[in-house]
Amino acid sequence: MSVKKQIRIALRNCGVINPERIEEYISRDGYFALGKVLSEMTPEEAVKVIKDSGIRGRGGAGFPTGLKWELASKNKADQKYVVCNADEGDPGAFMDRSILEGDPHSVLEAMALCAYCMGATQGFIYIRAEYPLAIERLKIAIEQAGELGLLGKNIFGSGFDFDIGLKYGAGAFVCGEETALIHSMEGERGEPTLKPPFPAESGYLGKPTNVNNVETYANIPVIFLKGASWFNGIGTETSKGTKVFALAGKVNNVGLVEVPMGTTLREVIFEIGGGIKDGKKFKAVQTGGPSGGCLTEKHLDTPIDYENLVANGSMMGSGGMIIMDEDDCMVSVAKFFLDFSVEESCGKCSPCRIGNKRLHELLKRICEGKGELPDLDRLKNLSEVIKDTSLCGLGQSSPNPVLSTLDNFHHEYLSHVVDKKCTSGVCTDLLEYFIVEENCIGCTACARACPVGAISGERKEPHLINPDTCIKCGACMEKCKFDAVILK
Amino acid sequence: MTKIKSVEALKKYQDELKKAGESLEELRDAGNLVGIKVAMATCSNAAGAGKVMEFISAALDKRGVDALVTKTGCMGYCYAEPTIEVTLPGKEPVVFGDVDIQRADQIIEQYIKKGETVEGVIPVNYKTVDEPYNE
Repeated sequence: MSVKKQIRIALRNCGVINPERIEEYISRDGYFALGKVLSEMTPEEAVKVIKDSGIRGRGGAGFPTGLKWELASKNKADQKYVVCNADEGDPGAFMDRSILEGDPHSVLEAMALCAYCMGATQGFIYIRAEYPLAIERLKIAIEQAGELGLLGKNIFGSGFDFDIGLKYGAGAFVCGEETALIHSMEGERGEPTLKPPFPAESGYLGKPTNVNNVETYANIPVIFLKGASWFNGIGTETSKGTKVFALAGKVNNVGLVEVPMGTTLREVIFEIGGGIKDGKKFKAVQTGGPSGGCLTEKHLDTPIDYENLVANGSMMGSGGMIIMDEDDCMVSVAKFFLDFSVEESCGKCSPCRIGNKRLHELLKRICEGKGELPDLDRLKNLSEVIKDTSLCGLGQSSPNPVLSTLDNFHHEYLSHVVDKKCTSGVCTDLLEYFIVEENCIGCTACARACPVGAISGERKEPHLINPDTCIKCGACMEKCKFDAVILK
Repeated sequence: MTKIKSVEALKKYQDELKKAGESLEELRDAGNLVGIKVAMATCSNAAGAGKVMEFISAALDKRGVDALVTKTGCMGYCYAEPTIEVTLPGKEPVVFGDVDIQRADQIIEQYIKKGETVEGVIPVNYKTVDEPYNE
């Protein structure tokens, strides 16, 4: 049997318990962390456990969770709030959904623990309405926990009260940013505001608020049960514990994996992921979604942690990992992510609203074969301006896919711009239809199908396509029964 | 339902649950039932886990196999959905991938009834929180 590269902490109960029965969660020591903390620890002591564990936010930026809790606990107010960010929006990411659908109680228990630490009595889960099954299971879980008195008034007889409600998001990507999320919860437009003030000081309804991601919360009960030193014994110097990744794209074992920080990309993609589909060649791996970058062959042996990914021009992000093979065109990939960022930009600040649009236009031009050499410098300069001047994380990171592909796949940009060729065969505007002489029997089917008369040739002789007349409609390829028409 | 007001009460409740065999693990330890878990997250459901669950429940009933069929969350094997985990009395759990109705039928007849191996087993590739980390 192969060595087990994964360790499941956040996913400990996913696929093990029935998420709709609190009994099964309790059977596996559920709510014992809450009971232990409420009866044996002061809030200060509990915050210290989280600080000592070294856990950092799993939603993307990697801010130390213990510090966040401490800041929120020190701000005095008559009312404070705990919020769970379940606005998972990266293309190809489904870690949070799986946790909420497979183990909702672990998130509820962790939110109660956080509330006790910071002195809050009300929690909200901000969840996108596109996750109906997760919402249904959360509702069941909240009701069951309330019936047993594990949420509500005087929990564990300690005098601590805590309730959790759900708030539905309409699926805007920017609402994963914590200030935008809070505005959306308040019924305002989902737009970010400048920090400070941080939510820990002035968040939901102007009160101190702690916002953590689903996966961060899912780790919390285990940290209290097994201790901070158990948790910080896993991972690297700066990044403790594990990270859940959603493996997607051209990899054999598409799925959800949880690996200790410090695992290499090679181990994740080739050992756990089972390598590239159909025996093709690995080209790149995209981490961090539209905010991340594309890493290549030379990064495969880099241990995954927050710092290493940033140093290599990508980021941890929430954990999407999209694997690409030789058939993927990196310029098109950058364009795809920019397309997403343009669509999801809230439009509040100009660098993000206008800058990303211009970036997208440049990329589109290059993919259409209308690019020129100075465009590459324009891409780079504009990307840097957007990064430096945008208001929130969306704009500050949206040019990353462009910058990292420019860096790691410069030759592909050059062949698009100079040779007007897309070597991966993706950008149709740069491709031409050819007839393979050996395969062509001269049946004239293609010539008859061509709407512009671009195909010439005698009967029973190989035919020829005139590239100047051809409008690339593909009618010839469709009609040919001998695979004689190719696109390259 | 009485509210749980202390850690002791929670412990007592947990013990009661264990005695009643509230989870498949306990039923396996008691050695009397076949336990089947069907992964039923959004992705599994989209791949047809609901129909597989219905089929398995009905088929086991008809064929006189004492079993407990429950749903669970995502097992992480998206490439092989729908997935099910089968635990025969006294044996380690086994996860099967790509389980459509035909495969489910095969698993019931060959593995559950006769204990014969069936292709398409997904090996356990992770450690749990209770296993030592550095081994």
